[in-house]
Amino acid sequence: MKINGTQILMKALQEEGVDVIFGYPGGAVIDIYDELVKTDIRHILVRHEQGAVHAADGYARASGKVGVCLVTSGPGATNTVTGIASAYMDSIPLVVITGQVPSALIGNDAFQEVDIVGITRPCTKHNYLVQNVEDLGRIIKEAFYIARSGRPGPVLVDIPKDVGKALAAYKVPKEIKLKSYNPTYNPNLRQLKKVTDLIKTARRPMIFAGGGVVLSKSHMELRELARKAQIPVTTSLMGLGAFPATDPLWLGMIGMHGTYRSNMATAACDLMIAIGVRFDDRVTGRTDTFAAQAQIVHIDIDPTSIRKNIPVSVPVVGDCKITLSQLNELLADTDMGDLKAKRSGWLHQIEGWKNAARLSYEQDDKIIKPQFVVQKLNELTQGKAIICTEVGQNQMWAAQYCQIEEPGHFITSGGLGVMGFGLPAAIGAQMARPDKLVVDVAGDGSIQMNIQEMATAVQYCLPVKIVILNNGYLGMVRQWQELFYEKRYACTCMEHAPDFVRLAEAYGAVGLRAEKPDEVEKVLREGLAVKGPVIMDFVVAKEECVYPMVPAGAAITEMLLV
Amino acid sequence: MTNEKHVLSILVDNQPGVLSRISGLFSGRGYNIESLCVAETTDPNISRLTVVTKANQPLVEQIKKQLNKLINIIKVHELTGSKYVHRELALIKVNAKTENRAEILRIVDIFRGKIVDVGPDHYTIEVTGDEGKMEAILTLLRPIGIKEIARTGTIALFRDSK
Repeated sequence: MKINGTQILMKALQEEGVDVIFGYPGGAVIDIYDELVKTDIRHILVRHEQGAVHAADGYARASGKVGVCLVTSGPGATNTVTGIASAYMDSIPLVVITGQVPSALIGNDAFQEVDIVGITRPCTKHNYLVQNVEDLGRIIKEAFYIARSGRPGPVLVDIPKDVGKALAAYKVPKEIKLKSYNPTYNPNLRQLKKVTDLIKTARRPMIFAGGGVVLSKSHMELRELARKAQIPVTTSLMGLGAFPATDPLWLGMIGMHGTYRSNMATAACDLMIAIGVRFDDRVTGRTDTFAAQAQIVHIDIDPTSIRKNIPVSVPVVGDCKITLSQLNELLADTDMGDLKAKRSGWLHQIEGWKNAARLSYEQDDKIIKPQFVVQKLNELTQGKAIICTEVGQNQMWAAQYCQIEEPGHFITSGGLGVMGFGLPAAIGAQMARPDKLVVDVAGDGSIQMNIQEMATAVQYCLPVKIVILNNGYLGMVRQWQELFYEKRYACTCMEHAPDFVRLAEAYGAVGLRAEKPDEVEKVLREGLAVKGPVIMDFVVAKEECVYPMVPAGAAITEMLLV
Repeated sequence: MTNEKHVLSILVDNQPGVLSRISGLFSGRGYNIESLCVAETTDPNISRLTVVTKANQPLVEQIKKQLNKLINIIKVHELTGSKYVHRELALIKVNAKTENRAEILRIVDIFRGKIVDVGPDHYTIEVTGDEGKMEAILTLLRPIGIKEIARTGTIALFRDSK
């Protein structure tokens, strides 16, 4: 029996277990939408296509499933590019479906035509232009398979309008096998034995875990390894939640705004086991001084991550979960000697660094310190909330002062650093986890980049809580200008901003404001207790900086502490 | 670390857009392309691309890994060195006046080339060979006057059947 392309699409999506799509209709996808509403797939109508992709991203991270978007051709498609590029940098599995003008018009500069496959080639894991309705079912299945397997990433499928109308039998292969795509899941055993030998002999080992541990859900294996071998753990921004922030072996985050002890340990360690990381420049600082005394073991599923930025002694290509569980098995069979005694000097040294420079800020009884707001938020949510962030100072304070205990609880645009990510991502996360408290830690700059999604949150009763650290500046750039450009605040002062309380109310949400430190807890308690979406506007110290800070390009031990 | 020439032979799905994925990878990541040839193999679904790039050893490793990461790429081989046959074809149009026609013919003969087109004041020479041979014939023809040249870029294969 022949069905049309839009029906094939819906069937293929349902077979992939898609239960929610974030999207925005338009001429080229009108047939797809006509079919979509006949299914039981939920559609979340965002207010801007960029919001759709970030929401799907947040949904993917909070649920562990593939996030799906549907947008129209031309501007609908180009509006998704930032979201796609962010998901690509952070390895988030997405399938983005774009409408395209009818096949016969492609290349003719038709109305709302754009070569989105060409535009997104460098920022997708793979993409397709469906030229024949016969291929549609297979392509959708392939797209999901590619998005979620290996190192995950976004896949875009561009569907011309006529393909949606054309008829074909529903034909989808049982299993996807691509001769040109075979990720390596199982690590090389000989390499793993080298790792166990290094763990046995190392005097000052540390683990550096990243987003790969979160994505592969190998946090339990990571914890087992760290605790069994008594190795302290740091993570990248993307790795927050892979290791509990309350564990005695926790070092805090590494890198530009990492903790003093984490960066000092990096410089002093003799073994670094890097798991699911890519040694981003915000982590390493000057690469030739990074972990210069250490043998580096690098475990990652993507071979291109290995030796791209940092030379390593033992490369291990494999899935983090499989690799870590095999490593734990190997270690169980190894006589490690008296580990506690062997590590005590090293752990003692780290304790010393911890006490020498803890995360701190000067409290003030008249002006709200942004760190204080995040600290209070952390106290009230106790690691149970899903924390989403925008980008800039708000993101770093959230990373420093929220103690993240579990993966999927810290959702941030790590690689691309997209302002305007947090609110739509929070909407997506709330869709995935209706049971959870979802908070977006925002700045007054970033929140305005996708503020229109408040309407989405209100329309679908998604009770996301927005905490604005309102300093009237694009704070992180202002901080750089203060520290490195002799306080020339070129164009970073937002002289005019809306009244966020009234704005929240205009959207039909609740708006609250705190202007004094003693109002912070009250406003947070009141806001978090509301059943619907809330904007909490905290008027904070205007010129507060994020510390510690490693100047760009410096060694990560060259920290500005206050 | 010195930059050396590396010959990469890449088997890819013969599909629209694949060449663009590869050239986009090179330009996007700042890799160099000295030459690039592409044509179908015996299997019409598979094409072979031969890319010559200049890079140091760690970089060429990274290039190979990045190429392998592209979904439509089936296999990447490095064919640098003496275990492989490298060839290039060039069409060279030279000034051919009565007084130097004999000299040109002698040079073409030495390099086992062919004259494929003749005009009142030109010869077009077809010559194949490795990079060294190409450079040698061009050095000899240059004083006579090269009007135009078209080169295919290097293609390469394993000497042993593999």
